Amino acid sequence: MKRIAAIFLVLCAAGSALAAERAVTLKDAPGKQTVEAMCSGCHSLDYIPLNSPFMNRQAWTAEVGKMINAYGAPIPQNDVATIANYLAANYGVQ
Amino acid sequence: MQRRQFLQALAGTAVLPSFTPVTAFAAERVPLTYGLPAGAYGDAQMASLPGKRPLIEWTARPPNYEAPMAAFATPVTPNDLFFVRYHLAGIPPQIDRQQWRIAVTGDSIATPLQLSFQDLQRDYEQVDVTAVLQCSGSRRGLSDPHVPGVQWGLGAMGNAVWRGPRVKDILAKAGLKPGAVEVVVNGADGPVLTTTPDFVKSIPIAKALDENTIVALQMNGAALPHFNGYPARLIMPGWTGTYWMKHLISMEPVSKPFDGFWMRAAYRIPTGMFPTVQIFQTQENAMTTPITEMVVNSLITSPAEGAHFRVGEPVTVTGFAWDGGYGIRSVIVSTDNGASWREATLGNDLGRYAFRPWTYQFTPQAAGNQQILASAANRLGETQVRTLIFNGAGYHNNVVRPTTIVIA
Repeated sequence: MKRIAAIFLVLCAAGSALAAERAVTLKDAPGKQTVEAMCSGCHSLDYIPLNSPFMNRQAWTAEVGKMINAYGAPIPQNDVATIANYLAANYGVQ
Repeated sequence: MQRRQFLQALAGTAVLPSFTPVTAFAAERVPLTYGLPAGAYGDAQMASLPGKRPLIEWTARPPNYEAPMAAFATPVTPNDLFFVRYHLAGIPPQIDRQQWRIAVTGDSIATPLQLSFQDLQRDYEQVDVTAVLQCSGSRRGLSDPHVPGVQWGLGAMGNAVWRGPRVKDILAKAGLKPGAVEVVVNGADGPVLTTTPDFVKSIPIAKALDENTIVALQMNGAALPHFNGYPARLIMPGWTGTYWMKHLISMEPVSKPFDGFWMRAAYRIPTGMFPTVQIFQTQENAMTTPITEMVVNSLITSPAEGAHFRVGEPVTVTGFAWDGGYGIRSVIVSTDNGASWREATLGNDLGRYAFRPWTYQFTPQAAGNQQILASAANRLGETQVRTLIFNGAGYHNNVVRPTTIVIA
């Protein structure tokens, strides 16, 4: 019961958090939904345009790796390339 | 894994609800400096956190808000224009000061204490310290090449009069034992996921026992704004903001160096890269060392970039200079691209940890773009640099930075 209540609380908090902050509209391109789903749980998406455009694919991959390895983000390994490709193509440099 | 599954994963590990304060957005122009990444100009907007006037909103969650230049009209920065910086989004929406406690524990404490706000105010001498609080990454956005992180311009800093008890008096009352090497400090804010390392820092015992290191219960004569660490934060004069723990809830003197993520892996600079007197010895290794003291720096607060003046009309240049607490010796100004320099007049000395105001007057003789350079030196003889000392985290940027005005 406690756990269900906790999950409910977190879902509400995540929902209300998204409602309260200004919507960040990322560029429409393949991978956008994965980026939104994986990144916005812990931080607002404004971090992405803010950090653009100066990172290449390798640098963006390192950022995603930092989120997983240093900050413990539950991002599946097979989504890493999707996220890094999207960020490099839309918010990066060659 | 899509969003629903991510939220389920999140629900299994979450410790604190991810909190986003309700902000009010202001329609005013965002006063950004030059040299930031292109994306920063599109991202930024003016927005007000509860209890704050509009600041430059870089990120909403966790909240990272920079002070606009208007915050630097006076040498003491108003509370409601003071910058806001958090790493992790698990921030209590509010804190009840009656219920809040600081725990003083650790293997180097004989008598653990639980101190209420009233205890801290009533049982200890209250000390005033005027000190600059500057984010380690202030001016990161001006790094060339750019580096990832919050792309701070000039306003990830402020100067305030902090008031509260000395840390050394608190530790003495708790029976500090010989052999303590560091004090581990933690705040009430934390991560969204249990798998993310909580923001916990340590400070060297010598700095903890410095008479200027205090627990601030007041800021400029008022309660601390919530987003500046209400009800109490650690004040580490001369050192960058990473140690100034907000919403302070524990201080633990320990006999062995603290091994947390935010010491071991973050806020580090290459060993020996920057002039430093106060080195964090117990956390240093051959490759990297924790960032500690601020480097000497200055800001031109007026005229504004791009301001218009007439030939023959005197221009008054004003600004601040500050350093890691050794005091400002001089500020020099050049109006000929660095060929010659003249001394500015230093203003009121609010203490060696504070902004030191300065002024300089000159009369432009020719029409066109006029560049103004200012460079500060401290009493150790350290000066600002003309070329960036690049480091991957974008710390310690004290490059002499031109303000260009237009003479017609």
